[in-house]
Amino acid sequence: MAAVVALSTLLDARQVWRGRAAPAPLGEQPTGWAALDEVLPSGGWPPAALSEILLPVDGLGELRLVLPSLARLTRAGRTVAVVAPPYLPCVAGWRQQGVDMRRVEIITAADGDVAWAMEQCLRSGSCAAVLAWPRQADDRTLRRLQVAADHGQALAFAFRDRKHLAQASPAALRLELDAVPRAQVWVRKCRGGAAPAQPVPLPRAAH
Amino acid sequence: MSWACIVLPHLALDGVLRRRPASGPLVLVDGPANARHIVAANREAREAGLHVGQRLSAAQALLTRFDALPYDRDAVARWHRFLAAVAYRYSAEVSLLPQAIVLEVGRSMGLFGPWPRLASMLRADLSALGFRHRLAAAPTPHAAHVLAGLADGTAVLTPDALRRALHDVPISKSRLPAEAVASLSGMGIRSLGRLLALPRDGLRRRFGGELLAALDRLTGELPAGLAAYRPPDVFDLRIELTHEVENLASLVFPLRRMTGDLAAYLAGRDGGVQRFTLHLEHREGRATDVPVGLLSPEREPDMLFELARGRLDQVQLPEPVLAMRLIARELPPFVPAGRDLFDERPANALPLEQLRERLRARLGDHAVHQLDSTTDPRPERAQAMACGNDFCGSGFSRDALEPGLGSGDSGLAKAKASRLKPLLQKPVLQQADAPRPTWLLDRPIPLRGAAPRILAGPERLETGWWDGGEVCRDYYVVETSLGQHAWAFCAPGEQDGWMLHGWFA
Repeated sequence: MAAVVALSTLLDARQVWRGRAAPAPLGEQPTGWAALDEVLPSGGWPPAALSEILLPVDGLGELRLVLPSLARLTRAGRTVAVVAPPYLPCVAGWRQQGVDMRRVEIITAADGDVAWAMEQCLRSGSCAAVLAWPRQADDRTLRRLQVAADHGQALAFAFRDRKHLAQASPAALRLELDAVPRAQVWVRKCRGGAAPAQPVPLPRAAH
Repeated sequence: MSWACIVLPHLALDGVLRRRPASGPLVLVDGPANARHIVAANREAREAGLHVGQRLSAAQALLTRFDALPYDRDAVARWHRFLAAVAYRYSAEVSLLPQAIVLEVGRSMGLFGPWPRLASMLRADLSALGFRHRLAAAPTPHAAHVLAGLADGTAVLTPDALRRALHDVPISKSRLPAEAVASLSGMGIRSLGRLLALPRDGLRRRFGGELLAALDRLTGELPAGLAAYRPPDVFDLRIELTHEVENLASLVFPLRRMTGDLAAYLAGRDGGVQRFTLHLEHREGRATDVPVGLLSPEREPDMLFELARGRLDQVQLPEPVLAMRLIARELPPFVPAGRDLFDERPANALPLEQLRERLRARLGDHAVHQLDSTTDPRPERAQAMACGNDFCGSGFSRDALEPGLGSGDSGLAKAKASRLKPLLQKPVLQQADAPRPTWLLDRPIPLRGAAPRILAGPERLETGWWDGGEVCRDYYVVETSLGQHAWAFCAPGEQDGWMLHGWFA
């Protein structure tokens, strides 16, 4: 053995299978989905970082993924900004998920201004989480957003089309949503650990 | 009573210089066209040998390249009043004297601290605005004026000290009536001390009551008799640009000055500004107006500048700009935002209000809003935009596109509906229990693709009969072939012709 490898790094990197998995410590920003928290190295959303959520089509459950976190943040009196949503957020629906709509700022912006508005919200430090639907976002833009999220200590969520999966991204976490044959979420990249090989099921509520 | 006097020896020149970033010899000239002479010269011009009182033709013989601008009396008067408005921040009693401003500071010192601290605050304000000045304090305004004319920074705070200070003041600097000063010098009386020692009867006989009254006002025997300055209720500042400006970048420097002046004026009034207009003047009286609106009154100079600049950046200049004017008519009281002592946010966080203003400045007035539910049961009217904590009115709501539908109407509708409740016994699910999507479409669209699989429903909505927008729909939760869960409706009793209204995203 030439180099000494600390045991904790091996364990954190998930390269060693342990007979009985220790319960993952709860992270700073739990997602509200226990199965997802378990596989994410930070025990939840990467704090003060950009998370990218990639979807094939709208309406697959992308909001259900983040709404538990938004409910937790808005109920604690923190502001959440929603930049250029593709549809109107439905007040009744968001309330049913426990979100305090008085803490949700909705920002309409033209395609070219979405990244700018998102960066301003993140950088200001007065938003706990910022959701945005950038249409035109390249590697540089995402890197700026990542830096802004770090600067403002905010959760950044960028919702993008699945076709961008092949593109490299500076986001700390990349999730891909899938609805067929069942609703599930793939962790495509997560900083601080290897991405799990299996998707995480995302049970849909019985309506 | 203590009075401070701010003497502004270079008022005209400073007013011109503060909007000229470039340096170079500059003089102000006045007089009839055939006998123009210099009334003010900047340092570069004085170093080149030009001086006040020189004929313009003589100056042109000395120096080939320098700027000569006409002395503008109106502009000087405007700057004078503007500085009085700035001084108003420190005292409720402010008066104008020729090339000087006097303010009562005896009572202000209780708030701002002793005279040295107050003086340094005044100096900082004036220097930040770019005006050279001399300061003095004395028990009477006229004495302060005289002392400020002699030396900068004199502070005499008791009547006895004032007598001693006035003793050695030369008659020529005493600011007494001009004829009296001329004859007194001729009579060999060269200092105020000598004049004050003379018998009053003799003085009255020789010079009339005017000189005695002036002396009494100087020493405080008579009230000062000055008209108090009242700041105007409208802020109106115009800057004429030195050349025609075609690109917006060149307007940034004067804009920073203007918003800085506005902030200084607002601090003087202890007010804020919620709405102001930038008036860009073109040739032949044409103008472009750039309105700047804020959500709440503000007076932070950096913020006002940034917001005004954000609005200005959006403007397409149709033609070159000759002058810029800033008009603020609504000056509401300013309430500083309270901050929580145990605020969890990072220390350098920008307050949410400022973030909103910044976003609105670039994206438009209605770009930032919140959503709140209304009392209308129809999904497309069940929510409306709210700006801040108040409703903007249904005019801005995307959900109430149809005319004649406001939150007032729906309030009325609810009253009607509750009165008629016994008649409306319908097997409608309670809205709180019925599933609601998280995305709502602007308006329902036909659901394309293969026939969806029904997951839940129906929920019947039959309402809106009171305003002609009656709806009768059965809402279902359906799953599309792509796996999306949709909120769709069809005509009552049918399961065909699906209309998509939202997504359970």
